[in-house]
Amino acid sequence: MSQNINKASSSRFWYDPKVRSILFQLLFIGLLVFFISNIITNTTNNLEQRGITTGFDFLSQEAGFGIIQSLVEYDETHTFGKTFIVGLLNTALVAVLGVALSTVVGFLVGIGRLSSNWLVARLSTVYIEIFRNIPVLLQILFWYIAVLQVLPSPRQSITLGESIFLNLRGLYIPAPVFGEGSGIVLGAFVAACMAAFVLSHWAKQRQVKTGEVFPVFRVGLGLIVALPIVVWVVAGQPISLEMPVLKGFNFRGGITVMPELIALLLGLAFYTAAYIAENVRAGIEAISKGQREAAGALGLSEGRIMSLVIIPQAMRVVIPPLATNYMNLIKNSSLATAIGYPELVNVFMGTTLNQTGQAIEIIAMTMAVYLTMNLMVSLFMNWFNTRMALVER
Amino acid sequence: MKKAIQLAGAALALTAASSLAQASTQTSTLENVKERGYIQCGVSTGLPGFSTPDEKGNWTGIDVDVCRAMAAATLGNADKVKFIPLTAKERFTALQSGEIDVLSRNTTWTQTRDTSLGLNFVGVNYYDGQGFMVKKNLGVSSALELDGATVCIQAGTTTELNMADYFREHSMTYQPLVFDTSAQSVQGFESGRCDMLTSDQSQLYALRTKLAKPDEAIVLPEVISKEPLGPVVRQGDDQWLNIAKWSLYALVNGEELGLTSDNIDAKMTTDNPAISRFIGKTGPGGKALNLPDDFAYQIVKQVGNYDEIFERNVGAKSPLLIKRGINALWKDGGIVYAPPFR
Repeated sequence: MSQNINKASSSRFWYDPKVRSILFQLLFIGLLVFFISNIITNTTNNLEQRGITTGFDFLSQEAGFGIIQSLVEYDETHTFGKTFIVGLLNTALVAVLGVALSTVVGFLVGIGRLSSNWLVARLSTVYIEIFRNIPVLLQILFWYIAVLQVLPSPRQSITLGESIFLNLRGLYIPAPVFGEGSGIVLGAFVAACMAAFVLSHWAKQRQVKTGEVFPVFRVGLGLIVALPIVVWVVAGQPISLEMPVLKGFNFRGGITVMPELIALLLGLAFYTAAYIAENVRAGIEAISKGQREAAGALGLSEGRIMSLVIIPQAMRVVIPPLATNYMNLIKNSSLATAIGYPELVNVFMGTTLNQTGQAIEIIAMTMAVYLTMNLMVSLFMNWFNTRMALVER
Repeated sequence: MKKAIQLAGAALALTAASSLAQASTQTSTLENVKERGYIQCGVSTGLPGFSTPDEKGNWTGIDVDVCRAMAAATLGNADKVKFIPLTAKERFTALQSGEIDVLSRNTTWTQTRDTSLGLNFVGVNYYDGQGFMVKKNLGVSSALELDGATVCIQAGTTTELNMADYFREHSMTYQPLVFDTSAQSVQGFESGRCDMLTSDQSQLYALRTKLAKPDEAIVLPEVISKEPLGPVVRQGDDQWLNIAKWSLYALVNGEELGLTSDNIDAKMTTDNPAISRFIGKTGPGGKALNLPDDFAYQIVKQVGNYDEIFERNVGAKSPLLIKRGINALWKDGGIVYAPPFR
């Protein structure tokens, strides 16, 4: 019998499932490598044949065009490579602000939807149904054209105490100016934050031991606000505010928030928040009624039932789809090109591509950025999910 | 986003089509056009005077007429053109990937574009220069008073670079707001988001006619750059480049010889040797270009000469009312000049 098998496998080795599977896999990989290398050589050959410049040398050439908003130092004399960084950071800015805003709004609306207050619950439902069912591009254009472009001109700005101005050119807020000795104030702020952290730790331990509750939030907040202010006064007010002033055509000084950024942020955040709200509702409804009743029986207040019992358990249902929503928000941020916000697609895949004409390199780089950003979000959310998951023994 | 997708798609198509490109470079653009029966011509998404659809949906404009002239020369019928509207961002990729045969879309001839994109500029059909448009109530009479202004610009144009150079040269600051189409930048200008709109001067006059209240805007006198606008073809097909060139020259030579669409039939029997060479009775004709001998006659008969095209689209017979200026013939004090038919 065993002789037979040996004979068969030696004569017809491809009948061995193991050998066969390896063979097929090698064949597949070979084909894949051939296919990809063929595409690459063909592309480079043909680009050369048609006299189209290739390669990444353009990244070190002078860009020669201005960008309206940059988080790093940039002017026309910087390189095309720098325009990539500027666009990337502007995308990241929208992504970070959008994720934060949509999370806050989404959780509030999601919890609101299950509220026992009839008005709050209905308003939340209406919010979700409106913002979830209108294309996000239309929402961005709505905020931009219908809301922000009808604001008054700079000379008739809406103002709050002559320090904050709102007009169709944007939102102007005072900027902090860090003078000599402002390091001490910042140090005081960091110290206060650390003290508040230690305080909360201590209060938790004490509560576990003695059952006495300490007002951590109020004391901590007071500490964080009061300590830097006291130090600021003592150190001779080293940090001052630079007020925006109307000069010539526009306001000068202070921090300018472009209306394009505001429109994009509102459009993306409110749209994504509607989805997050539904996730949150799904998470809360997934918790069995018994949990709420048991917590109530222990004498916990409504708010504490929510924050200590329901939400922590709901999170494991909420987090996985949350990651998808964040990724969609990041990808949708490329719609900014429709309203002229200078993010990656507008600056790099728009102007830079046109000035250099190197479409393949630039589109590949742009795609790589979105891929990397979303993989990072995915990795972080997976890590967060494992941390929040129910510990099963 | 749609634009971006199209752009990405075009780039991918370029990659994918590259494996087939060996085959396609062998068949010339002229053969393709003849087989297809029409020319694919890339134009703007709507710029009065240069390329814009009229109320019946027919494309008109000085750039459109260049394509119509090429159709008259190659196919004997000026109407055999399919116009493909492109944004400034999409135009070169569309030509590189073979989506269009010729790009006639108020495109500035620059070194980078001519040498590193795999494209060739055919010539110049309009000499332009960049200018500024502001609202009258801003009280500005010169571009030098525009320090700190917000500027609406269309993406993917030489305008962005000239703008930066000009403000740098005069140590002024500016804030560029970059939009995809000229309609969007006009909207930004009209709503007051921008203090000024910058573009080629001819475009500014054209865009001004689109404003709700054209009288409230003025075009400043400064011209800050040279913008020779002309048609573009793919590099590597010299025959097609020559056809495009001589179609353009036919328009100019037609004006020089005093031939118009109305009088050319009457002048067919003339003894003037230059005219008989032009209409192909004597001289080289169209043989070397693989065209009929009377290709220049067809162009002038069906499309008109350069003067007719200019006046009808951007000049005295159009709402733009642009004067010939430097776009007059060389013998009338302009710089429009074409090599002779000989």
